[in-house]
Formats: sequence, structure tokens, C-alpha cells
Amino acid sequence: MFRKNDLKGDALCKDCFFWAFEEEVHKTIIDANLFSPGEVVAIGASGGKDSTVLAYTLKTLNERYDYKLDLILLSVDEGITGYRDDSLETVKRNQQQYELPLKIISYKELYGWTMDDIVKQVGLKNNCTFCGVFRRQALDRGAMLLKVDKIVTGHNADDIAETVIMNILRGDIARLKRCTAITTGADGALPRCKPFKYTYEKEIVMYAYFKKLDYFSTECIYSPNAYRGHARTYIKDLEAIRPSSIIDIIHSGECMAVKKEVKLPVQGTCSRCGYISSQEVCKACVLLEGLNKGLPKLGIGKPHKVKKLEAQGKIFTDTKNPKFVENRDADKGSMANNAAALDF
Amino acid sequence: MELVVSLEFSGGAELLFDKVKNHEVSLPARANGPWTIKHLLVWIKDNLLKERPELFVQGDTVRPGILVLINDADWELMGELNYELKSKDRIVFISTLHGG
Repeated sequence: MFRKNDLKGDALCKDCFFWAFEEEVHKTIIDANLFSPGEVVAIGASGGKDSTVLAYTLKTLNERYDYKLDLILLSVDEGITGYRDDSLETVKRNQQQYELPLKIISYKELYGWTMDDIVKQVGLKNNCTFCGVFRRQALDRGAMLLKVDKIVTGHNADDIAETVIMNILRGDIARLKRCTAITTGADGALPRCKPFKYTYEKEIVMYAYFKKLDYFSTECIYSPNAYRGHARTYIKDLEAIRPSSIIDIIHSGECMAVKKEVKLPVQGTCSRCGYISSQEVCKACVLLEGLNKGLPKLGIGKPHKVKKLEAQGKIFTDTKNPKFVENRDADKGSMANNAAALDF
Repeated sequence: MELVVSLEFSGGAELLFDKVKNHEVSLPARANGPWTIKHLLVWIKDNLLKERPELFVQGDTVRPGILVLINDADWELMGELNYELKSKDRIVFISTLHGG
């Protein structure tokens, strides 16, 4: 007797647990038709528990079931001293252990700012907004450089349930509709999917512990103030009372429908960098302009304030964002063509 | 009769214990009844925890998000807080509360 499977209520021995874990992920992949043979797939790898287990599991299933995928590890270096530099060491070890190629892309090279620099400017309250927005684009840009067909991330059931709760608390209907999708951006060039959508964080930790997988386990030093923390505490308390709550919340999120009359943002492309955006200028460009012009709150407030400052000629006065120039010119063709296809 | 058990803290939980992952502990004999996990948690809080108890315990149980293994089995299968400790038991506390 070793491990209780929360959803089915069975107790499993260690080997059966490994097998059940892997087979459930395989089933998720097959049922949702996540991959096609011959695809090049980038695994968003942070060195943390979810991405390490994801890399290990995908490699195992790729071999066992002959998915015929080319797997690559893709890591983003946000420039957080004492956190990211240590976890990147873990990814480099994973590269050796799992024999997968690795590409690291940094905020410094993409945006000219590290998270440490950003926190010095912005303070401790809204910095997670910067990091999340920048990282998302960084993963896509890194993947384009590698010419991959698809990105996979280690988001697990707990993460998605937290996101559902966060979007409800903030009344963000547009995001609520998208956040439970197992694949996003499927109609475009760079879809990303979450094979762990139905896998509990607890199972991932148990799997890693018993397989003795190497992962980095420290909280980001800036995270204690993140909004997600409140949703997370709530989810954890719910799980302790009724473990199926997590899957139930995801299911509820999937079932939510929005009335036809409700106006949802339309997705276009950023006028400055070509990335997908529901506003005229994408969030990353707005945040970056704010940082560069000493207006750190620029991307945090409402969009109309950005428009007002632009009309007054105080921001976006240069026609090109200097940091994006290289990237933009280099993949101008592909970026412009694919931008509409990238899901935000 | 003292009760000797080994404790392991991982997944980040070790940071609350001076970064020491493994602890061999001798629990003093109890006057009124056997040692249970519930008593062990109180003992850990009073004797081993170096800082921020609220990150490890919540009420009389572990903070939600910390997994407990008793001799490599999920504590849910062993009676959770009511499990009675035996000599040479190995209790592992794994924190899941960090980025992935």
C-alpha cells in the first residue's frame, strides 16, 4: 500500500502509481490529440517540479508509444538572482540526465531589463505582471528561433483551477473562456498545450520524489505578494476538504458560457512589435515603454490612460522600440505573418 | 522508553529547519498514550522549527500543500494525524508550495 489515488479512491503500490500516472497523461494526450508525428516540441523548462516531471514523462511516453516527437528543453532566464540562476543549473542537469537539447533565452537579451532591474523600478507589488507577460512572449520568441511546431508547459490541474478562480475574482471573462483550454493558439503557427491539465500537483510531487527526479524547489523571492497566492491558499484548503474540488473547478470553468450580447475583446496584432494583442499596442510593449520612460505604472492601470499619454506625445514617440528592432527585423516576415496566429 | 524516528523535509520545507533535510530524533516517553503524528507535529513545532511556524503547521495539522509520507506511504492511507508512531518509522514532509 503506498499511494491513494484521490479521484478513484484506490490505493496503489509504487510501480502501479508510476504506471497510472504515465498512462493518465498518455490518455490525456491521445484524447485531446495534442501531438502529430514528426513535430518538434519545445518543453518550457524552469527546473521546477512540473517542468522536470513533464520532460521526464514526455520523453518516456515518446519512447514507449513512439509519438515520433523531437523534444527540446526551452528555458527563460528572467534575471532573478538567487532564484533563476540556481534553477537554470537544474535545467542544465536535466539536459544531461534526459539527453535533450537545451536553449536558454533571457529577458536581458530580449527586453534589456532583468527582473531584478524591474523590481528596483516598480517595487514589489506589480512585478509579477511584468514577469508573466514578458515570459509568455519570451517562450514564443525562443520557440520561433528554434523553429518548433509546438510548446508544452507543465501547468497542472491545481494551476488551472487557481487561474479559473483568479479570473472569476477579477471578472475577466475573456481569459476565463480561454484558460481551461488544453491547447491554445491551435489555429496558428505556435500552439501551446498542457498535458498535465488533469494531473494534480500532489501526484507530480509524489512521482518526482519516488522516481528521485532532480528539481529545484524554492519559491520565487518576489512571489509572496502575488495575487495568485490568495487563490492558491483557497484551492489548497478546498483540496484538503474534498480532493475532487480541483477537477470540479476546472470543469465549471469549462462549462461557463458568456451571453452573446457581451462584448469580448477582439484579438489583433500589436502596432509596434507584431505580437498578438487585444489592444493596439501589446502589453509587453506598454510595460517596456513604461520602464524605459520611468513610468513604471504604465502597464498596470487602465488602457485609456496609455492612450491619453500617447495622445499627449509623452510616450511611444520613437517609431521603433529599440530593443525589439533586431528581433523584429530578423523575423519581420514570420512574426507579422504568424502574429495573428499566436494566442494571447 | 524513548522513541527513535527519522524525519525528512524536502521540496523547500527544509528551509524552515536550517536547511537540514534529515533529522534523527529521539522522542521522550509519553505519560498518557502513544505518540501519534498529531503529537509529533507539536513536538516538531516546539523543538525543530526554526522560523515561520505558519508555513508548516495550520491548526493541529500540516499546512495544506505539504505532503506527508509514513514509511513511503501516503499518510492518508495510514490514518493521518491518528497514526501511532513506531520505532524507526520514517516520516517525510514534502512541500509543494513553489513554482513548477
